[in-house]
Amino acid sequence: MTAVVRFWLTHQSELATLIAEHVLLVVISTTIAAAIGLPLAIFATRHPRLASPLVAITSVVQTIPSLAMFGFLLPVPLIGGVGARAALTVLVFYGLLPIVRSTILGITGIDASIRTAGVAMGMTPGQLLRRVELPLALPAIVAGIRLAAVVGVGSATIAAAIGAGGLGQYIYRGLSMVDTTVILAGAVPAALLALVVDGSLLWLERHLSRRRRTKSRRTALVAAAAAVAVAVLGSAALAMRSEAAIVVGSKNFAEQLILGEIVAQTIERQTGLTVKRQLNLGGTLLCDRALTAGEIDVYVEYTGTALTAIFGRPAIEDPKAVLGQVRELYADSGRTLLAPLGYDNTFAILVRGADARAKNLHTIDDAARVTPEWRAGFGYEFMERPDGYPGLAKIYGLRFRSPPQVMDLTLSYRALASGQVDLIAGDATAGLINGLDLFQLEDNRRYFPAYEAVPVARAATLLRYPQVRAALEGLAGRISAADMREMNLAADVRHENPADIARRFLDRTP
Amino acid sequence: MLQTNGVEFRRVSYRLPRGGLILDGVSLAVGSGETLALVGASGAGKTTVLKLINRLLLPEAGDILVQGIDTREWDPIRLRRSVGYVIQEVGLFPHLNVADNIAVVPRLEAWPDDRVAARVRELLDLIGLAPDTYAARWPDELSGGERQRVGVARALAADPPVLLMDEPFGALDPITRRQLQEEFRRIQARLAKCVILVTHDMTEAMVLGDRVGVMEAGRLIWHGTPQEAAASQDVRVRALVGPATPVPPRVDHPVESA
Repeated sequence: MTAVVRFWLTHQSELATLIAEHVLLVVISTTIAAAIGLPLAIFATRHPRLASPLVAITSVVQTIPSLAMFGFLLPVPLIGGVGARAALTVLVFYGLLPIVRSTILGITGIDASIRTAGVAMGMTPGQLLRRVELPLALPAIVAGIRLAAVVGVGSATIAAAIGAGGLGQYIYRGLSMVDTTVILAGAVPAALLALVVDGSLLWLERHLSRRRRTKSRRTALVAAAAAVAVAVLGSAALAMRSEAAIVVGSKNFAEQLILGEIVAQTIERQTGLTVKRQLNLGGTLLCDRALTAGEIDVYVEYTGTALTAIFGRPAIEDPKAVLGQVRELYADSGRTLLAPLGYDNTFAILVRGADARAKNLHTIDDAARVTPEWRAGFGYEFMERPDGYPGLAKIYGLRFRSPPQVMDLTLSYRALASGQVDLIAGDATAGLINGLDLFQLEDNRRYFPAYEAVPVARAATLLRYPQVRAALEGLAGRISAADMREMNLAADVRHENPADIARRFLDRTP
Repeated sequence: MLQTNGVEFRRVSYRLPRGGLILDGVSLAVGSGETLALVGASGAGKTTVLKLINRLLLPEAGDILVQGIDTREWDPIRLRRSVGYVIQEVGLFPHLNVADNIAVVPRLEAWPDDRVAARVRELLDLIGLAPDTYAARWPDELSGGERQRVGVARALAADPPVLLMDEPFGALDPITRRQLQEEFRRIQARLAKCVILVTHDMTEAMVLGDRVGVMEAGRLIWHGTPQEAAASQDVRVRALVGPATPVPPRVDHPVESA
């Protein structure tokens, strides 16, 4: 826990920003959910036959996993894509159910004699709603909003996967660095935030039901109005933030965060344009779709990944041919592959250094002799990709004691080091290879295609800002595999900030 | 018997949307200053008569005239604001205090604040609750009798010519009930409304009504003054009047006249 506190102290301003982003996401989404849910629920009470289908639909929406929902929304204009807007859409969807359901219950639960009295006194339906039904249902409505907000605090952590910011960013960063300190640095404030939201709205709910104290009722309403005002100002702030000229994206692991920063800072230094960072996006396909949709302008992709995973072409051995073909494929779809940054981040088949020395293993062929005694652990992507496990096993005749265990890529390094598995497929530039004494077996049959790191940008953006192209071409060949491994080590093991690592790198090699 | 300020039923029938006949050819007339007490077992159609008057329901056949105008021609909102309605469960709004409950209809009618405040005090005085003590109380701080009084005050707030009362004192203990009955007579003597009151208690009907109507299975089967009711040889009326009511001397043994 002291490590977590130390992390907070050294990341104070970042922490404050993330908390603010998180709070805004929740407040804005809950406000919108209430603005949609209340009229919907009132409508349902007027048309009782629609009430249960409506609640059923909102329940189904609730069961869609949030990551899947982000996936569905990527290609959707206006409410989808990546960033805060898409995150808000998802959070609004999740907030609807509790608000709709408790509003319906609050209104239908009013004693029939009270409603009869109102009607018999000559209230119009609108007067009955405003003067009788809504005031009496108010505590139930606030209870629904409270539930929506608390659920929202939890769901908002997942929003970091599409670059919406918030405390989830620490959780994802911690997961990708396999560092519980960083995970806790995000998870603990998120949990506290949930408690604070729950407590304050519970307070509001209680004060609203204690009708005899008109003063406290007024205080409660003022507090609620203040929260809404924060939401409105916040959305204005978020809207202003998206005025940036160039949006730089990245995938959600340390190397990509560092590359994203290098690209962003290079553009900032050399062109003076405003750059917005949309780092930490879920994965290859998410980044590609974000680029296609125009949600981001540039990110760094790996040639082999683009060829096989994005364009679905068979792997090619010759790195130059790969680069040429990928460049053409991108050009056909309005995107421009710039100059390679210099290193090749191919897959690395890794074993423990101790095993390699004891069994005298150098190549994957060497290892194939002993693997029937071994267990393997591979990331989800490696198991599925055409240039991943199936082809590898075929070419080298690999057999394992049991089917390979599917695990998170970043967790697999630790799993190997701690002996839970004996062979993994990692990144050649992983800092943990040095940090955990792992050994990279040589791909002696040249199975893996080249994975040269190359920035890819929207052609339209480069046309509009030719200076961006010039700046990024200036990075050509500047980053060696050794540079990248060292930067990854700084991020993964020493927990340095990707922005600082990138700044130091750019300062050192002007 | 037609009185333009009162309520008149002309052969009124009412049927549930799907099924049973609830009212079957009921005719009656009540003028202003008059109180008609409808008695009958539950399910006899008494409450339906009231709901037809303020157009919570519309008749299947026959005409209902309120102040000489057919309820079908009335704007329902206007009609309801000129008909006070007191129900057994009272139905006070729990989120409003006593004064605000009484002020509901005057506020709907957009009376100026000072007029509303004056009217609330006047009504609290009328129903015998000290305004300074009771105006700011909440419904759940009142006894059953007090709540019922507030219900009456609320129904009278905008001075409606017609007042409907559905078992207004049904849920009260006998002593409170007697008290409220007395007060109702006093109030009615002063205000001279057209009152239609529903009860299942013949004694209450005879105490409060200028006239008594007996209902059974959707029909008005007997109709007369309390004195006539007490003297009636009709078994159905006798069954309701019971032995507690003094019966004028008669030659026959009433029980055997069946």
